[in-house]
Amino acid sequence: MKYATTMIIGAGIALLAAGLFMPGWLTFLLTLAFAKGLVVMGLLLLMRAGLVSFGQGLYYCLGAYCVGIAGDYFETQNALLLILLAVVVCVALAAVIGLLLCRYRDIFFAMFSMAFSMILYGVLVKSSAFGSSDGFNVKPPLLFGWTPTGESGPFLAYGLAVVALVGVGIFVWRYLRSPMGYAGEAVRENEIRVEYLGASVRRIIYTKYLLAAAMAGLGGGITALAAGHIDPEMAYWTTSGEFVFIALMGGVGHAAGPVIGAVLFELLRTYAFQISPYTWQMILGISLLVIILYLPKGVWSLVERVTKGKPL
Amino acid sequence: MLIPFAKKSALVGLLVASAVAQPVIAADDYKLGLVTFLSGGAAGPFGVPAQNAANLVLETLNEGALPAPYNVKGINGRTIKPIYVDEAGGATKQSSEYRNLVERQGVDAVVGYISSGDCLAVPAVAEELKTLTVLFDCGTPRVFEDNSFKYVFRTGPTTTMDSVAASYYIKDIFPNLKAVSGINQNYSFGHESWADFYGSLKGLQSDIVVPTKQFPKIYAGQYGAEISALMVNSADVIHSSFWGGDMEAFLLQGAARGLFEDQTALLTTGESAMYRLSDQIPEGTILGGRGPFGIYAPDNALNRWFRDAYSKRYGTQPTYPAYKMVQGILGLKLATEQAAAKVSGQPTTEDVVSAFEYLEYEGPGGKVSMNMGKGHQASMEMVYGRYALKDGKPAVTDVRRYAAECVNPSDDMPANEWIEKGMPGAKCN
Repeated sequence: MKYATTMIIGAGIALLAAGLFMPGWLTFLLTLAFAKGLVVMGLLLLMRAGLVSFGQGLYYCLGAYCVGIAGDYFETQNALLLILLAVVVCVALAAVIGLLLCRYRDIFFAMFSMAFSMILYGVLVKSSAFGSSDGFNVKPPLLFGWTPTGESGPFLAYGLAVVALVGVGIFVWRYLRSPMGYAGEAVRENEIRVEYLGASVRRIIYTKYLLAAAMAGLGGGITALAAGHIDPEMAYWTTSGEFVFIALMGGVGHAAGPVIGAVLFELLRTYAFQISPYTWQMILGISLLVIILYLPKGVWSLVERVTKGKPL
Repeated sequence: MLIPFAKKSALVGLLVASAVAQPVIAADDYKLGLVTFLSGGAAGPFGVPAQNAANLVLETLNEGALPAPYNVKGINGRTIKPIYVDEAGGATKQSSEYRNLVERQGVDAVVGYISSGDCLAVPAVAEELKTLTVLFDCGTPRVFEDNSFKYVFRTGPTTTMDSVAASYYIKDIFPNLKAVSGINQNYSFGHESWADFYGSLKGLQSDIVVPTKQFPKIYAGQYGAEISALMVNSADVIHSSFWGGDMEAFLLQGAARGLFEDQTALLTTGESAMYRLSDQIPEGTILGGRGPFGIYAPDNALNRWFRDAYSKRYGTQPTYPAYKMVQGILGLKLATEQAAAKVSGQPTTEDVVSAFEYLEYEGPGGKVSMNMGKGHQASMEMVYGRYALKDGKPAVTDVRRYAAECVNPSDDMPANEWIEKGMPGAKCN
């Protein structure tokens, strides 16, 4: 366990160091990918318990708007404070919505979670004070008096994303190996048995829902700081669908799956944009199809096959 | 075992090589990033006509065959190599793609953006990367009201003047105007269009009545309930900023139920569909073209060349997105060449920026003055007319022109504040 923690921290330091030499576009792309990876890691917790949420966009968008609105109205641009606020607000909302949602399973859970995120979308589109569907610009972040400018602009958000990723990555990795983590799969397999073993299924799912909301809020907040612009599209169901797409691509077997999936997705999409501006959607679609056909457990299963010596 | 593997690898290698292979670009070529919608609902009415126009104009520019003063080859003698990017994917995605254009592809400048959301997100990145960027079509006045940018210019006028001129026009055409209704899409452009239109009309006639205003979902496609509401609550004029498939659906469904028999539709973007929907638009419908574009463009050498060449090549007349794209490219070209006249060798981006500020030039739609937003935002005159078929061909009658100073706020005032205060300082004939 200590070995894995050291590995994750080492990878984080390597990523930070690499960030100093990366071209700006790659820094920005990786920041967005890591932010999405955070959201998908939360989704992974739910998916391992057999619950597919089509509504993580709710917390992704809410986190982003918290950062944007707080930056404007409370006149603070301290990145850590803003992100903390985003996570707290998301968890508070999830604590209420979760009470209702954790009573539902399967398609009902998916549809209900999507409905809540579409409510936020509808409210934001109607609010002209927040720029309706055009959204508004987020002030550039500060970190304890350090104001990144020009070339170092994208680096602050990148650094935040890497640190958040390492923290959440270690947490998720350990959580998946804890009794609460394994309880997720138990719930997916047989809820009645879990209850007979003395655990509360509702509490297990509720906890996972709160964790997923916190991670989505974190991802949304980082996206807002990195992109400098937010709009209600972040709560639209296609955004939530993208998270499910990434989860399927990366695989939900391991905490690293979502991150690999997110980076792969962003790289694939940007090169598809460049190589074929007219048919980039087709490239994305075919890639997902190929992955589902040949790697049904996501890209991460390739790593498992190699490390566990299974034939390719 | 090994041979099929080798065959497969060779095939994959070939595919990758052909995908990665890019056209050869000479060192002194001018790489121009062009961003418009190539997929989604805005591609048909806006993105593709704009891209067609860009293709045509860039090719002609590279031959040096455009009418004067645009007859210098390429941009300041450098051959233009366009790099197209799809505008789909939302504002964050577009910020990311903008970085890729500048940092990965090394473009000299970017002309693009139809969506107002993208136009709000991209300028911050343009400033960071110090890259000249021309916004050609998006309409929200907020771009230069909320911020001031050095490297970002917008050669297309804002939507404010569409709404303000629309209110003047219906006051001119209907002396006994009593009531207007509205049907606009439930997103920023729809809300802003209605708010500006109603605000300026209220300033002109304080007792104006609004029987109903409808905000259906964008891309809804079915307007049965809204049409019923508009028919029950009858008005003189129905204001709509619908575009693309939504406008088409609304016209078809409204005409079938006789909505336009005693109410006149006012379509602020109607010009973009007047050739494609020539059989469906009821005669007498008021059409706007977001400026003096398309059928409202003045008769000058550039416009004559453009209409002729465009319709020969694409089989249809150019609509306003095509005009605005040309206007953007020509503004960039002219600013660069004027900057070059003052320095030896190629001008720096800073040189071009100072030449671009407060530039005045003639586009295919007439005079463009970069006199708003501290010299970064264009203003133009606004034109409205009524649709009519002349010898079976789409045309307009009752055309009225409103000077730029009449329908645009003076530089220092945000548009919604200007309209709220009753449009102070407007100079109308």
